[in-house]
Amino acid sequence: MYYYPLLCAYKKFKMSNKITDFEVQSSDKAGAADTSIRHNFRYLLVGVVFGIVFVKAEIISWFRIQEMFRLQSFHMYGVIGSAVVVGIISVWIIKKSGIKAIDGTPVTFQPKKFHKGQIYGGLLFGLGWAMTGACPGPLFAQIGSGVTVVAVVLLSAVAGTWVYGYLKEKLPH
Amino acid sequence: MIALIKQPWPWYVAGPLIGLIVPTLLLLGNKHFGISANLRHICAACFPANIPFFRYNWKKEIWNLFFVAGILVGGFIAARWLSDGGPVLIAPALASELQSYNITDTRHLLPREIFSWEHLLTLRSFILLVVGGFLVGFGTRYAGGCTSGHAIMGLSNLQWPSLVATVCFMIGGFVMANVLLPFIMRL
Repeated sequence: MYYYPLLCAYKKFKMSNKITDFEVQSSDKAGAADTSIRHNFRYLLVGVVFGIVFVKAEIISWFRIQEMFRLQSFHMYGVIGSAVVVGIISVWIIKKSGIKAIDGTPVTFQPKKFHKGQIYGGLLFGLGWAMTGACPGPLFAQIGSGVTVVAVVLLSAVAGTWVYGYLKEKLPH
Repeated sequence: MIALIKQPWPWYVAGPLIGLIVPTLLLLGNKHFGISANLRHICAACFPANIPFFRYNWKKEIWNLFFVAGILVGGFIAARWLSDGGPVLIAPALASELQSYNITDTRHLLPREIFSWEHLLTLRSFILLVVGGFLVGFGTRYAGGCTSGHAIMGLSNLQWPSLVATVCFMIGGFVMANVLLPFIMRL
């Protein structure tokens, strides 16, 4: 009984260390990442290509997202579906061949563990996706394409992320 | 050729190009495609507030911030120099539904009746932009990823939790577009 507060503290400690977000790679990897502008410029270039595709295929269009969620157009299903097929084949080839990245680092994959956040968070994001007509990537392309008011959406999304981080331990996962 | 580029690109060109982002990032430096993570990095960099979730070395993830900066530049280039300026051709059923909400301007990728500074403080635009943006940020982080991290990268790596997340994204979107949005749009 005297141990109860200790147990709670331990549980809380364990919770806060439970990884539910697998998108921060560096936290589980030793060694320094190259943070120089010269090194990271290549990722900017990949982003430029991506941004152009986003606009040219109208993926950043609020109208196209509305059509997708009303089953009025095949366009977005074709985009996401063919992207996934190309992605699956690419990852399969990379795993099979054991090819390394151009900087010599081995290509690694981290399995994602299931938690309830993928359901609750997924549903909440879906609601927001249909409202704004944008997932996080297109937000940046929308701003770049000249719809500057989307900066408000982006700031709000940053606020939403912050509030999630603040409430994380209290939310079901 | 230029005329062809300036037209809207079909899905079978855009989809495979997006799919190729996955191996490109992996082979450039073992980077995993996932855009919403940047929202977390922005929090970690600007307002960590001693919250454990934001206590990590965000500088190690700076490649991703370069990546989204590129997306912004790409959006600018495409809109400025690679567009023919034609209106967005939308499904007739959607056009007539939107007309009932007084949305008729399809000259831009986003309807100006919702997405413009002058309309931001109308109830309808405020809910769609501010509440919608909040849900995007909160929901993606709660789910641990967005369309890129789960639907594309996660499914490419055959992760079933990513399939669960993707299905939930779609359910949320269907509910909003078909059940809730008609009320919000009339505000």
